[in-house]
Amino acid sequence: MKQENRIALSTGIRDGIPIALGYLAVSFSLGIAARNAGLTPFQGLLASLLCNASAGEYAGFTMIAAKATCLELALITLIANARYFLMSCAMSQRTAPNLKLRHRLGLAFGLTDELFGIALARPGFLNPFYTYGAFMVASPAWGLGTALGALAGSLMPARLVSACSVALYGMFLAVIIPPARKNKVIAGLIAVCFACSYAASCLPMLARVSEGTRTILLTVLLSAGAALLFPRREEGSA
Amino acid sequence: MVNTYLYLLVMAAVTFAVRALPLTLLRRQIKNRFVQSFLFYVPYVTLAVMTFPAILHATGSQLSGLLALGVGVVTAWLGADLFKVSVSCCAVVLIAELFLL
Repeated sequence: MKQENRIALSTGIRDGIPIALGYLAVSFSLGIAARNAGLTPFQGLLASLLCNASAGEYAGFTMIAAKATCLELALITLIANARYFLMSCAMSQRTAPNLKLRHRLGLAFGLTDELFGIALARPGFLNPFYTYGAFMVASPAWGLGTALGALAGSLMPARLVSACSVALYGMFLAVIIPPARKNKVIAGLIAVCFACSYAASCLPMLARVSEGTRTILLTVLLSAGAALLFPRREEGSA
Repeated sequence: MVNTYLYLLVMAAVTFAVRALPLTLLRRQIKNRFVQSFLFYVPYVTLAVMTFPAILHATGSQLSGLLALGVGVVTAWLGADLFKVSVSCCAVVLIAELFLL
């Protein structure tokens, strides 16, 4: 391995440690969701190691719980992970043009909100070994937490399960609220989303369709509405 | 009844495809303004829709879920990182349910 790649790898490992700690806590609550959907701890571990996605896995688990078809599951996974499509677009603008395909695929596999954040915060072209280093510590923590949540969820007192279940929503809020502070359109949009989502869960017609399907419908409608009413002026900036 | 492992395979394949396609294929900027704006808003809408009202049903009582939402929004607004926001939400539920349940 080249000297600069070795340095990037060890820097990535160091920067990945605080992320791993956060992942451990959040994925524990994801594991509880996995158990509620009927998954074993091993299946939870597998899902997390293969997907490395919070919202995407959670949405998938709700579909599995509802015994959805594979098409529905694929659709909700696509929608819930749509932000990674964006991040991947952004990353593609920061990779060296001659970066090998296997490194592009490697970067893609480890593309989570946090690893994307720390990778793009570094200057110049992305060194994939930096992301590999962070991924090496963060991903096992994500998988382990999910397995523990699925395992211990049934052994822990209900009070603790109840408390841990909200960690995942805390993570969602940590992703959407800071940009809302800087952008009034996003802030308003989030409020509208909460209201519409609540209304949809109460309306007799919509309440009967599964949670995942409601998420798909609302996401497409509300994002299209926002895009029509408040088109973005320049790309990239939040 | 679909096999759980088939479900997991679908999830993994779709998740990887979403992440890999732009990185491998896209060598230019997306130009269409509507598509650009739509893609920009999607993550916020999805996460917001999945958070509420689901957070109310995740806990032992709806009030503690609502408190967790409030604390999560405020701590994230004040700039706390992912770990702190998540732990604050858990802590407030734990404390609130000592009194509520």
